[in-house]
Amino acid sequence: MSWAETFRTSWSAVRGHKLRSLLTVLGILIGIAAVILTVGLGLGTQKDVSQQISSLGSNLLIVTPGSSTDSDGLRGGFGTAATLTRSDAEALASSVNTPDVGAVAPEKESSTSVEANDTNWTTTVVGTTVDWLDVRSRSVTSGEFFTQDDDDSGALVAVIGQTTATELFGTTNVVGQSLTIADTSFQIVGVLSSAGSSTDSDLDDIVVVPLTTAANTVSGGLDRNALSTVYIQAASADQLSAAYQESQTLLLNLHGITDADSADFTIDSQDSLVSTATSVYQTLTVLLTGIAALSLLVGGIGVMNIMLVSVTERTREIGLRKALGAPPWAIRRQFLVEAAVLGLAGGLLGAALGIIGAYTLPSALGTSIVISGAAVGGSVAVAIAIGIVFGVYPATRAAKLAPIDALRSE
Amino acid sequence: MAELLLDSGALVSGEPGDPVIELAGARKTYRSGTIEFEALRGIDLRIGTGEYVAIMGPSGSGKSTLMNIIGCLDVLTEGSYHLAGEDVGELDEVDLAEVRNRRLGFVFQQFHLLPALSAWRNVELPLIYRGIPAHERRERAVAALERVGLGERLDNRPGELSGGQQQRVAVARALVGEPALILADEPTGNLDSVSTEDVLALFDELHEQGRTIVLITHELEVAQRARRIAFVKDGLVQSDEVNPR
Repeated sequence: MSWAETFRTSWSAVRGHKLRSLLTVLGILIGIAAVILTVGLGLGTQKDVSQQISSLGSNLLIVTPGSSTDSDGLRGGFGTAATLTRSDAEALASSVNTPDVGAVAPEKESSTSVEANDTNWTTTVVGTTVDWLDVRSRSVTSGEFFTQDDDDSGALVAVIGQTTATELFGTTNVVGQSLTIADTSFQIVGVLSSAGSSTDSDLDDIVVVPLTTAANTVSGGLDRNALSTVYIQAASADQLSAAYQESQTLLLNLHGITDADSADFTIDSQDSLVSTATSVYQTLTVLLTGIAALSLLVGGIGVMNIMLVSVTERTREIGLRKALGAPPWAIRRQFLVEAAVLGLAGGLLGAALGIIGAYTLPSALGTSIVISGAAVGGSVAVAIAIGIVFGVYPATRAAKLAPIDALRSE
Repeated sequence: MAELLLDSGALVSGEPGDPVIELAGARKTYRSGTIEFEALRGIDLRIGTGEYVAIMGPSGSGKSTLMNIIGCLDVLTEGSYHLAGEDVGELDEVDLAEVRNRRLGFVFQQFHLLPALSAWRNVELPLIYRGIPAHERRERAVAALERVGLGERLDNRPGELSGGQQQRVAVARALVGEPALILADEPTGNLDSVSTEDVLALFDELHEQGRTIVLITHELEVAQRARRIAFVKDGLVQSDEVNPR
């Protein structure tokens, strides 16, 4: 019996029981679509996260106060003196101690209510230095960034992001307007070009002011010299690890700490942030894919069930085919191909559903779904394999039927 | 397995009188736990090419077992069976399937047509397992259906045909492979008298054309149509006589 003949016979058997075949296919279909979508969701989230982190700038080291060693968790937060200060940032910027560091952008960040005219908007106010623009890979679309003089003198000037401008003024054409932060009026000197938003932070919802101004006016008090983050840009990509070493040594010296394990600050590179963040999503993706794969298993059991029913129901047909000269392998192959056809149909329809989902769901969920060819191709292959694997037992049973008994069955 | 068989063309060209069936000392014992049941207790039977033989017997006589043995659906416990000159006693399941495919044409009481397939698709089934190309299968199936007078019913499904017509489709299926032997098991058991006459007339014609036919039945009227009647009882051939008609 040729393959073409086997396929034709199996196809007509599948078509002969439309509803039953459809329900069986549905089990596989749902599993395949679920696998494609969860893998796609995982990849999409990883892509979002790494995009978000790379949008911070390039060749960056990120210094944050507090330790995050494995042994003792976070150190030096509440009730202690600030562990990352303006003098740290100034020392890091000095090329004597840290020759491999290109530029340094300290950030003093606070979430503050900002007013303009009668409008009130809570946004992130960042105090920083003039190098911020370069280090963070940002640019100004209208007006100008503040100058070194502004920082030195603590001028009351601000550069704002597009989201903030739109929320406060209804337009992004706001250079020359003024806004009020902590009861102090600031003049807007520039508007940042859009950096895009990601799911959990809008990089365009920001007010940037000179660091001196932020220290004196926005926060003041004991915390005035404390920094929330220092962004260090290595002079080049090759110098990143040297810059890391120098920065760590310098900060340990400044803070009078001998043991690097008890540092009261943390230096992350972008790469390590990406891998930390994505590893979480990877774990989650693996977990979800595992659950989706379980539903495929259930679908496979459905195929087996329906094939067993089919064998029982067609005992006489099997007996007849054997009496007419079908060898056991031909019977086995016929049922295996039938199971594989069910699997293939489920795989193809599931892949189609997955791809449709990948185009329609992101707008509803607010996350990207990346459809990988490997996931689609792999799923379809797995679906066929499931059909075959779960078809083996029923097909073997069919092949083993004795023709006399099979012909006599009612 | 293929090389052990002759070309199918050679099978039907046996000379009249050459044995198609040769059973010698055929015994078949069924075991069910510790209980043994001897269905065939030493049968000697020789049927030559072109013969039309009816095997008769009451139920429990062993005639169904004999039919299974002759049809290569079961194997003997003891004794030998040659079908068209070939010893089929020692064959395994795969080889038996091939012998059935090439040398035997079955006609069953229940017709055993596949309801989803049209008449000609049913008739071509034995040729599929012989690996014959599609266009040739179609030609031969159509010719066989025309032979049984159903040339106009090629595309009808069994459900659209009368009982007699269905049995004629089954006969066409038995003929299509040009087998050495047509083996009919109670072929008229499910038919009314008109259809019975119809099918038996067809067998008469086939016999006149030189086909070898073995007909298993418990109805004397049906058996009377054959040229020779073998009567089986208690696993033995009681009588084996030429039917004067």
